[in-house]
Amino acid sequence: MTLATRQTLSLTLRALLSLWRQPWFVAITLVQPIIWLLLFGALFKRIVEIPGFHGGSYLHFLTPGVVVMSALFSAGWNGMGLIEAIDRGIMDRFLVTPVWRGALVGASCLHAAVVILVQTLIIVGVAFAAGTSFSATAVVLMLVLPVLLGGAIAALSNALALVTRQEESLIGAVQFVVLPATFLSSGMMATNLMPHWIQDVARFNPVNWAVAATRTTDWSIVGPRMAWLAVLVLVCGWVATRAFRLYQRAV
Amino acid sequence: MEFAIEAEGLVKTYPKGVRALDGLGFEVERGTVFGLLGPNGAGKSTTVKILTTLTAADEGRAVVAGRDVVREPLRVRQAIGVVGQKHGIDPEATGIENLRLQGNLYGMPPGEARVRVCELLERFDLADAARRLVRTYSGGMQRKLDVALGIMHRPEVLFLDEPTTGLDPEARAEMWDEIEQLTEAEGVTVLLTTHYLEEADRLASQLAIVDRGRIVAAGTPDELKSELRGDTLLIELGTSANGRAVDAVTAAEGVREASVDGRVLRARAVEGARAIPTVLALLEAEGIPVVAATVSRPSLDDVYLRHAGRTFEEAER
Repeated sequence: MTLATRQTLSLTLRALLSLWRQPWFVAITLVQPIIWLLLFGALFKRIVEIPGFHGGSYLHFLTPGVVVMSALFSAGWNGMGLIEAIDRGIMDRFLVTPVWRGALVGASCLHAAVVILVQTLIIVGVAFAAGTSFSATAVVLMLVLPVLLGGAIAALSNALALVTRQEESLIGAVQFVVLPATFLSSGMMATNLMPHWIQDVARFNPVNWAVAATRTTDWSIVGPRMAWLAVLVLVCGWVATRAFRLYQRAV
Repeated sequence: MEFAIEAEGLVKTYPKGVRALDGLGFEVERGTVFGLLGPNGAGKSTTVKILTTLTAADEGRAVVAGRDVVREPLRVRQAIGVVGQKHGIDPEATGIENLRLQGNLYGMPPGEARVRVCELLERFDLADAARRLVRTYSGGMQRKLDVALGIMHRPEVLFLDEPTTGLDPEARAEMWDEIEQLTEAEGVTVLLTTHYLEEADRLASQLAIVDRGRIVAAGTPDELKSELRGDTLLIELGTSANGRAVDAVTAAEGVREASVDGRVLRARAVEGARAIPTVLALLEAEGIPVVAATVSRPSLDDVYLRHAGRTFEEAER
């Protein structure tokens, strides 16, 4: 195992252990997506009756949307741990060790990925229990794509945390971005029924890439979107490692 | 290589135009405890941040453990241990978890790290609390764990930024013992910052006094204090005295600046302990009874007052 891998894994373990020790937080993180799924599922149940909505149950349609939205939220909050580490002096201690900056960012992304995987399994499990079903491929895509999107968002959340060093700023940014980005995708509504301008915006919305690619097994749709998300992870990861420089200039 | 730390002309200005360092420089010999003494806001912590590669200076140059902090930060980080002013420990993890993570960040071989963790837990009396979450530790225990983290990888140079701030007197005394043993047991060079005069006096073999981002005086604590030329003699007399007593006392060699106030006679002497028998004999010859006599060395407080032009308490305010 290389030093960088070892640093990344031990930092990930630290983050997961400290999450595990906050049972209330774990419970809320896991229960909230179920509420979204069942609440939206019941509220908009009859949407599928609109002419042009191609059949099936709304719950089945909604599940990938809730999976992706939940991934956005939990990845968005990821930077909070970093702000806490800064306030407690832990980050400064890490930064004067020979730790690779990429390991600090990588650990945050892996931490987000584990949370998203567990969340997704629970959401999909509840969807199955509520009477809808997915193919194995669909389940795998619902696990992989939100993790990629979440990795990118977690890296951005870390970058923002390093630059602002303020919980309020991060909370504001997450609230400002997550719901609009979800509604500017096909997460809740079929693409052909969205206003044209939203369809146009959605094409460039990474949230929509993740949602759209989980609803199909057509690799000409899935392949490129998966690749774009992977590139996005790398770009955001790079931005976050650069943000350490800004932070170190300011302390 | 002679010095463990060399800093030269360090300048650092923060946004909003606060000039934290203004051409600060000093050298630290290997294997010694060097104290940076100054009031809060003097620039001590900024100096530590620059020397430990946490942040960069605007101007100047610093070499730590033989490596330039800007050109070879990774090498410097490998060679140093840092105990910051803020606790760097993770309160939501156990003592063992904190130490293990530190070992992993430095890339210590797992077997070696395991042995070192046990050794440090024993050494700092934390073995019983090792599997408890750190947030349940007392302030003194947390500080010890902080130091253990700082020396986990056996650094060449250890930075202790205000190591006893916020500790009660008992925990502080314990910490002082630990720091003294550290230099002996680990052979590590220590840079200590403090705003406690007593702490600098007790621990540091070399001292630099920092004020407003500059070094205003440097030397051993004794050298700095002897710059004030002499000790203070304080003699309590049995009766009210007058000019006769002053004349009698200043007849002794090396005694000057004598003054009397009621029954208290003050004077300065080059070497107080030597002057005292002569002074007492002279007073007796004049028939002036003496109740008590004390000799006190000038304190670092006096040194600070002389170089910074204000007392330590004033600067802290």
